[in-house]
Amino acid sequence: MLLRRRHGGTATTVKRSLADRENVLGAALLAPALAYVLLLVGVPFVLAIVLSFSTATAGSLSFGWAGFANYRAILADPIFRRALANTAIVTIGSQVLVVVLATAAAQVFRAAFHGKRTARFVLLLPWAVPVSLAAIAWTWIFDSTFSVINWTLKVGGLLHGWLYWLGDPTLALVAIIIVQAWRIFPFATVIVLAGLSSIPQEVVEAAIVDGAGFWRRLFHVELPLLLPVVAVAVLFGVVYTATDLGVVYILTGGGPANTTHVLPTLAFQRGIQGADLGQGAAIAVFLLPFLIVVAIAMLRLARHTEVGTT
Amino acid sequence: MAGVEIRHLSKRFGQLHAVDDVDLSIREGEFLVLLGPSGCGKTTLLRMIAGLERPTAGEIHIGGAPPRARGIAMVFQSYALYPHRTVSRNISFPLEALGLPRAVIEQKVRWAAEMFSIARYLDRYPRQLSGGERQRVALCRALVRDPKVFLLDEPLANLDAKLRNTARDELKRFQRQVKRTVVYVTHDQVEAMGLGDRIVVMDRGKVRQVGTPHEVYEDPVDTFVATFLGQPPMNLVELQGALLGFRPEHFLPVAHFGANEALRTFPLSVRRVEYLGSDRYVYGSVGGAGATVIAKLPATVATEIAEGSDMEFAVPERALCYFDAATGARQRR
Repeated sequence: MLLRRRHGGTATTVKRSLADRENVLGAALLAPALAYVLLLVGVPFVLAIVLSFSTATAGSLSFGWAGFANYRAILADPIFRRALANTAIVTIGSQVLVVVLATAAAQVFRAAFHGKRTARFVLLLPWAVPVSLAAIAWTWIFDSTFSVINWTLKVGGLLHGWLYWLGDPTLALVAIIIVQAWRIFPFATVIVLAGLSSIPQEVVEAAIVDGAGFWRRLFHVELPLLLPVVAVAVLFGVVYTATDLGVVYILTGGGPANTTHVLPTLAFQRGIQGADLGQGAAIAVFLLPFLIVVAIAMLRLARHTEVGTT
Repeated sequence: MAGVEIRHLSKRFGQLHAVDDVDLSIREGEFLVLLGPSGCGKTTLLRMIAGLERPTAGEIHIGGAPPRARGIAMVFQSYALYPHRTVSRNISFPLEALGLPRAVIEQKVRWAAEMFSIARYLDRYPRQLSGGERQRVALCRALVRDPKVFLLDEPLANLDAKLRNTARDELKRFQRQVKRTVVYVTHDQVEAMGLGDRIVVMDRGKVRQVGTPHEVYEDPVDTFVATFLGQPPMNLVELQGALLGFRPEHFLPVAHFGANEALRTFPLSVRRVEYLGSDRYVYGSVGGAGATVIAKLPATVATEIAEGSDMEFAVPERALCYFDAATGARQRR
């Protein structure tokens, strides 16, 4: 009893510093992150939704309520519908390519070979190059006259006509998919590599002793165990690709004849260049359900296949 | 069924000789234990038999078959179950790799699961099982494709002490039942003594001794084997340029021996007595040389022993081993 009272006495007399008051400290440490999310993500997000219901234009401070007029207008617009489809095609196409290439590359990089460090550095380069610079380089690779792809195919005897990469709607979409895949690929490879190294070595060895060959090990042991990690890579890839403005803007500018627009480029064209903020915002808001569905699907997949360690 | 022939097998990792020129012939149907301290090369040797490690030099023959058709199964220390597959799909994995028809696979899985009484867990995932159950699933997966040789890498190490005893018993019963060659790696001498038909004692990549548990315990070839086996280990006392070895359980107060037994007596300065229930350990030194010796007195020896006192202890002549003081090799006298 005496001991307790004495202990209580000292506790009240010792001044408690900020670092000891956990609820205050916790709030203080969280504040910057919270401010960032609220001011730089939350506010623009709400603003975009509000703008999409308005008649606001760039260069004017007037704000009129438009109701669903902007949405009705864009839904009736074939260019918008094309852009919506393109966003899905580019995102899905590039991510399929990324998953296949990244899984293969991760297998290569897992093996020990001469010059592995250099190769890994080169692999990561596309990730480090600014999107705009890379896209400009790619415009030359796909150039109607100087395309190295065409020249290489021609010399190899595989091409008899000529491919107008950025001049043909289908080829232009293919070009966009290639560049988007190229951009995400290094990141995905690194993630898959990390996932591979998290698979217990003994499990892989057990599969070897159990008589499983390379493909059986890959499809029945390694890939199922990698699935949660690959899902994360795809989730990131989808978000990066679906929201990307730079690649399409620089490569095709939405052309030829507005056939390769994706939602971000169309929103930019209508909202900023065309000064119709309301319609631009409405187009951008269409990304939201798309990304929400993808995010929920991926997280569910990741949780579903979550595996306990043995 | 098949035995395993190992000839001049070596494995080097850089400068390290993990396995150094090992010759070993594993008999058909025997339970062979590779025993040694960690880093002695026993696991590397096992992994080479499994084909997971390529030997630097030497040969392994399993029933005369080339490595691809080895017909071996391995149980890993962590059990290495496939976490994304149910128990039944874990057990069926080696059969799927063999490309057997589904009906045959199902029937074999059921047979193996019943043998280890895990049939009611077949639809569960490994993470939903206890350590002992996982271990049985791992054994089941090894058994199901009817291998010629079982390789077991410390399969009991991850079980708690109580479970380990029952699991050891189950393992031995299982081996008697399936009558297959088993190569078993452990650093636990109790497991080795209890399970092995023969024990291979290894140290620093080399085989020190191969023999039945009785042989390696009672008749060690050198001081390493002598002191590695036994709990507490064999006492070594330097005497006229040679090392004299005797087991703690043979080292008892003189009064305990019969009158007509040939004895070697030592004056023991008792330093400490440990009471362990079934035994007493008496720590002390002999001949004033200072080397610590331990006597293990069963509860049946009731003699009072006071710490700090000097007492006459003795070892029967038949229980003495002599070793070369320089090389540690056994000297036959």
